[in-house]
Amino acid sequence: MPLETAITDVEQLKEKPALACLLAWRPEAVKAVKWDRAELTIWLERESIREAAKRLRDDASTRFEFLSDLTCLDWYPADPRFEVVYHLLSMAREDRVRLKVRVSDGDPAIDSITPIWPGAAPFEREVFDLFGVRFGGHPDLRRIMMPEGWEGHPLRKDYPVEGYR
Amino acid sequence: MSTIGQNVASLETGENNTMILNMGPQHPSTHGVLRLVLEIDGETIVRIKPDIGFLHTGIEKTTEAKFYQQVVPLTDRIDYLCPMTNNLAYCLAVEKLLGLEIPPRAQYMRVMLNELTRINSHLVWLGTHAMDIGALTVFLYCMRERELLLKLFEMVSGQRMMTSYFRIGGLSMDVPLGFMEHVKHFLDRFPARIDQYENLLTGNPIWVNRTKGVAHISREDAIALGATGPTARGSGIDWDLRRDMPYSGYENFQFKVPLGTKGDVFDRYMCRVEEMRESNKIARQAYDGMPEGPIKADAPKVVLPDREKMKTQMEALIYHFKIVTEGFTVPAGEVYQAIESPRGEMGYFVVSDGTAKPYRVHMRSPSFANLSTVPVMCEGNLIADVVAAVGSIDIVLGDCDR
Repeated sequence: MPLETAITDVEQLKEKPALACLLAWRPEAVKAVKWDRAELTIWLERESIREAAKRLRDDASTRFEFLSDLTCLDWYPADPRFEVVYHLLSMAREDRVRLKVRVSDGDPAIDSITPIWPGAAPFEREVFDLFGVRFGGHPDLRRIMMPEGWEGHPLRKDYPVEGYR
Repeated sequence: MSTIGQNVASLETGENNTMILNMGPQHPSTHGVLRLVLEIDGETIVRIKPDIGFLHTGIEKTTEAKFYQQVVPLTDRIDYLCPMTNNLAYCLAVEKLLGLEIPPRAQYMRVMLNELTRINSHLVWLGTHAMDIGALTVFLYCMRERELLLKLFEMVSGQRMMTSYFRIGGLSMDVPLGFMEHVKHFLDRFPARIDQYENLLTGNPIWVNRTKGVAHISREDAIALGATGPTARGSGIDWDLRRDMPYSGYENFQFKVPLGTKGDVFDRYMCRVEEMRESNKIARQAYDGMPEGPIKADAPKVVLPDREKMKTQMEALIYHFKIVTEGFTVPAGEVYQAIESPRGEMGYFVVSDGTAKPYRVHMRSPSFANLSTVPVMCEGNLIADVVAAVGSIDIVLGDCDR
């Protein structure tokens, strides 16, 4: 199965349920979109993530009722530096979608989605711990992997693999 | 839903009559180094807060400094009870990035070994879970069969636990002579052994009293908290990635997905025991239908050449030298590959920037997500049931902390 070129044109992908749902709700919330290796990625504006997640969960045409994964990417030294990545799963439709939100280094903060999926709490704590992205409205935002009082965020790209000496 | 909201909230000091009690990190029934902070009122749990990170080794950070093929041995060490499952998830993710096609024999071998690994993992779970609750005998029976499986793994990879047998593009080498007979020997005998475990537990009134109706979790809570695998299926969530989003040729196998109805410890126990029977059937189908042919993909720039070719062909020697010294480049992009591990959805999110080292590898580990269900299961119940609840989600802390 040779690789096909990625599709980044919204017009060609608007039939996909996840994208159709978001475009019907607020087209300006969708910043970009990509279909690559049979996986759909949607970039969203930072302010709309909680509402978008709620719609994708509740809408009858999408039914992404399950949050598979939540993590972060550091594109240092690019700006905006961070990308918070959400993987949603629809068990009813056997479909996945990846949501991405770009977050700048100056103010690495984003709304927490714990009101929609309480199971996101440890994942958001992990991103906070290892990347230093804050989640507004998280009930208990503390370090989870590293000890309390640890300096720095180990998964950032400017944090050396062997640690600071 | 409101009850869950409180569970993730921070735990202040105990008020009025409540007492704060540490369970772990050094505690035999926490299956690793899990610390549970219990707020108790007499014998009743008021609140419970898991504290993890004691086994955090920064594997995700380490991967960013390794070549793609060098990450395979790291994946073993995440979930040390099912190394082959982790190998497979990572290899499938990179193969998807590369667009590689895997030959049928390698796919069947991967499926067969994965199901044996699932049995191996469930045996450790059953033995320790029963021991936690007080049925000491089962442990010895489970270890007896596990020994046979570890010998099989040693035959193919030279290692009992950290196998690293799968490679990006196939398997590291074909199985040795006599391996398939040993597999058949195991598959023929194992169903009767499961009956032995069940004779000791399923109808045992002490076991039933300790597990039935204990640590209940509803279907809605399980989905909201991200539970997968037998932890979710015990609550009646009919979802198994092997059947519903097949990978590595699972669409060619017939098997049932056992479901619970009540979502208590007993249902999760029954799910896993039935899964062992189904895994045995899948492995038997793979054994019967095992195709002949190559065990590596036809991709000389990615897959190491055979030793014989290296000694006789110049190109093979060059490719070998290049892969070992420089690695191989992977086209830029990102994939999320999830597979059904013994504990649930094991997802690998691999991001490539077009170089020979992964830009980021993130593991979505089932234990990490399943742990969120423990507070919901335990609050309002007795301290003694915490042990049953933690055992019933089959947590592996290496998987949880990475």
